[in-house]
Amino acid sequence: MSTRSIVPFGPQHPVLPEPVHLDLVLEDEMVVDAVPSIGYIHRGLEKLVDKRDFKQYVYIAERVCGICSCGHGLGYCQAVEQVMGIEVPDRARYLRTIWMEMSRVHSHLLWLGLLADAMGFESLFMESWRLREKILDLFDETTGGRIIHSVNQVGGVQKDMDQGMLDDILRVTRDLEKDMKPVIDTFLQDYTVQSRLKGVGVLSKEDAIGLGAVGPMLRASGVSYDARLLGYAAYGELSVEPVLSTEGDSYGRCAVRLQEILQSFALIREAIGKIPAGPVSAPVKGNPDGEYFFRIEQPRGEAIYYVKCNGTKNLERFRLRTPTTSNIPPMVQLLKGSQLADVPLLILTIDPCVSCTER
Amino acid sequence: MDNRSEIRKITMAEFFSAVVHMKTEGWRLAQICANSVPQGYEMSYSFCKGYQMVTLRLEVGPDEEVASITQIYPCAFLQENEAKELFGVQITKIQPDYRDKLYRIEESTPFRKKE
Repeated sequence: MSTRSIVPFGPQHPVLPEPVHLDLVLEDEMVVDAVPSIGYIHRGLEKLVDKRDFKQYVYIAERVCGICSCGHGLGYCQAVEQVMGIEVPDRARYLRTIWMEMSRVHSHLLWLGLLADAMGFESLFMESWRLREKILDLFDETTGGRIIHSVNQVGGVQKDMDQGMLDDILRVTRDLEKDMKPVIDTFLQDYTVQSRLKGVGVLSKEDAIGLGAVGPMLRASGVSYDARLLGYAAYGELSVEPVLSTEGDSYGRCAVRLQEILQSFALIREAIGKIPAGPVSAPVKGNPDGEYFFRIEQPRGEAIYYVKCNGTKNLERFRLRTPTTSNIPPMVQLLKGSQLADVPLLILTIDPCVSCTER
Repeated sequence: MDNRSEIRKITMAEFFSAVVHMKTEGWRLAQICANSVPQGYEMSYSFCKGYQMVTLRLEVGPDEEVASITQIYPCAFLQENEAKELFGVQITKIQPDYRDKLYRIEESTPFRKKE
């Protein structure tokens, strides 16, 4: 009869950029249960709506997380704009879309690098992050910030892009697409990568829905849901199709993210081709009164922004349900039955963002 | 497709059967949000099916107990523990119950509106 033992995992671990702890219940080398605990970096940012007015709060929302910053600003602003009935200018909608897709590329490249690093594939890690730097440089050029961009505001965006910037984005993304080819081939065809990812951590379609998975985690299990199809920003006028995989394993989740990078390049090109001239912000008069749940597709999955407003300058409640909050329960399910040696990779394949989760 | 969420107000007596109904109809739990209101708390449970979103809105008295939905939607445990710890909503039988130690904060129910 095998012996049960409990092995603590985290909160500090080489594969975890942020602290999360798991109590792993093992039978020999197999995980039979896992209890996650978070709470090392909770900041209570939602509560700051009491101290900052609804326009100032954009800066707080953007600082929930460094990787998802652009999306948090966008999601918050769109929720408030819905309550106030503000029509955002078309050019601003397209600019938001371009920045959001650039965010998706840099987030996925970050994750690919972390995955390669976790497998000990250091050259692939460095190549992924080298390519990510080019996107960060584009952010620097177009927003003035590499990580925190501060471009969204209630009513539109704070900055416009001139034609030179749009041309630079086109040129860099075209070059990146070429540079991505060997990276994609390595992730999908290399023996080492396949042996660590294929058939590891399979999440069925039923479990993905039942356990509330979102984003690439959900789509890799064959569920066709991508919140961009709700048509916010300029997505309603672009060719968005959910990227799917049916394997449901770690390899499938990796393949979905790789394909989404290429899709983002295509969406950026399409958006730049269609972006109209005009103003980038609409006037905002009065204070919001009402409530709204707004969904967007962050790189890590669907995020929900809830605002409840009472006609004063301060919101009554702001709530952000982040993708990682939804992906932790499926992650626990993946861990059950896995080998201890696969645990770090399985945790990584949900692309956890503890900073968002503990906003 | 619409980003709007339909909000359905339900009573405590209807609550559990309404959640079971969502589960049997194949709705995914999207989010749980607590809010502090003068008469106690407002709990919002949002569900998605495809691109449609429905929110069940439940009003809870300050000392009233709400049954956890983790036996119907096991993935609710993080958000229910959060509502309990930050707002003080009396949610019972959460699996697992972190007993107000999810976020390891010193202040008790910091998000609850003070008198």
